[in-house]
Amino acid sequence: MQLQLEYFLLLAAALFCIGIYGLITSRNAVRVLMSIELLLNAVNLNLMGFSNFLDPDTIRGQVFTVFVITVAAAEAAVGLAIILAIYRNRETIDMEQFNLLKW
Amino acid sequence: MNLAEGVQIVSFGILAALMIAAALGVVLFEKIVYSAFLLGGVFISISGLYILLNADFVAAAQILIYVGAVNVLILFAIMLVNKEEVFKPISGRWIRKAATALVCVGLFALLSTMVLATPWNLAAPITAPESTLILIGKHFFSDYLLPFELASVLLLMAMIGAIIIARRDFIPDIEAASSDQPLQTVWRLPERPRELTPTQGSSNQRK
Repeated sequence: MQLQLEYFLLLAAALFCIGIYGLITSRNAVRVLMSIELLLNAVNLNLMGFSNFLDPDTIRGQVFTVFVITVAAAEAAVGLAIILAIYRNRETIDMEQFNLLKW
Repeated sequence: MNLAEGVQIVSFGILAALMIAAALGVVLFEKIVYSAFLLGGVFISISGLYILLNADFVAAAQILIYVGAVNVLILFAIMLVNKEEVFKPISGRWIRKAATALVCVGLFALLSTMVLATPWNLAAPITAPESTLILIGKHFFSDYLLPFELASVLLLMAMIGAIIIARRDFIPDIEAASSDQPLQTVWRLPERPRELTPTQGSSNQRK
C-alpha cells in the first residue's frame, strides 16, 4: 500500500470545507482572514498532490504553489491593514457591524 | 522520498489528523489567540505533507512564509485590535451555523465522491526528481518569467498599499494661540486611547 493521490485530495477537500465554514460563521474579522488562509492552503495541497502524482517530471504544480503563497502573503498584509483601518473607524471587529455597504 | 511505505503511511496519518484537528480548532475556538497559534500548527503540518510529496523547497518556503510571516502578522493584528469584545447575540444565529455546516458537509461529500469516482491516469512509478530547486528555478527563469516578475510588482504594491491603508491619519490640531505667539497648526499622530483588557483573577498585572 502506497500513498495515493486520493488521500491528499480528500484531505484538501476537508480543509477547504472547514475553511468555508469558518469564513461564513465567524464574527471576528481576524478569524475570517485565518479562514481564507486555510482555503488557500487547501488549494495549495491540491496543486502539490497533482504535481507529484500526475506531473512528476516537470513539477509545474510546485511553481504554481509558490505563486499562490506569494499572493497569499500579499493578501494577508492588505487584509490586516484593512481590518486595522476599520477597527480605528468603527471601534469593533464584529463582522455583523460592518454594514456600511448594506442598502 | 525514499522512506519505507509504512513510515510514509503512518506519518501521513499523523500529519493529516494534526492538520484537521488544528484547522477545526482555528475555526471553533472562542479565543482568537489560540486560533492564531493553531493556525501555525496547520501550516507546519501542511509543510510536512509537502515533504511527503517530494517537495522540499516548497515545504521550506511554506514554513518561512506562512509560519514566519503570515502567522506573525496575524498575531500582531490580534494584539493591535486586542479588545475584549462580547459580540451582541443575534437571533437565529444557530440557524445560520447549522445551514453553513450542512452546506459544508454536502460540499465535502460532493468533492469526495468526485475524487473517488474520477479515474486518475497516474504517471508511471513516481521517481523523485534530482532536485526540485533546480527545476523550479528553471521554470521561474524560462517559461514562468513574466508571472515571476509580476509577483515582485504585486508584493511591492501590497506593501505600499498596506502601509497607506493602515497608517494613522494626521489630525491637525490648532493650538490655542497665546498672547504673543501667532496661531500655529501642530501636526500630531494621535493614538486612540484604548482600554487595557482586564486580567482574570486577582493579579493586577497587565496582560
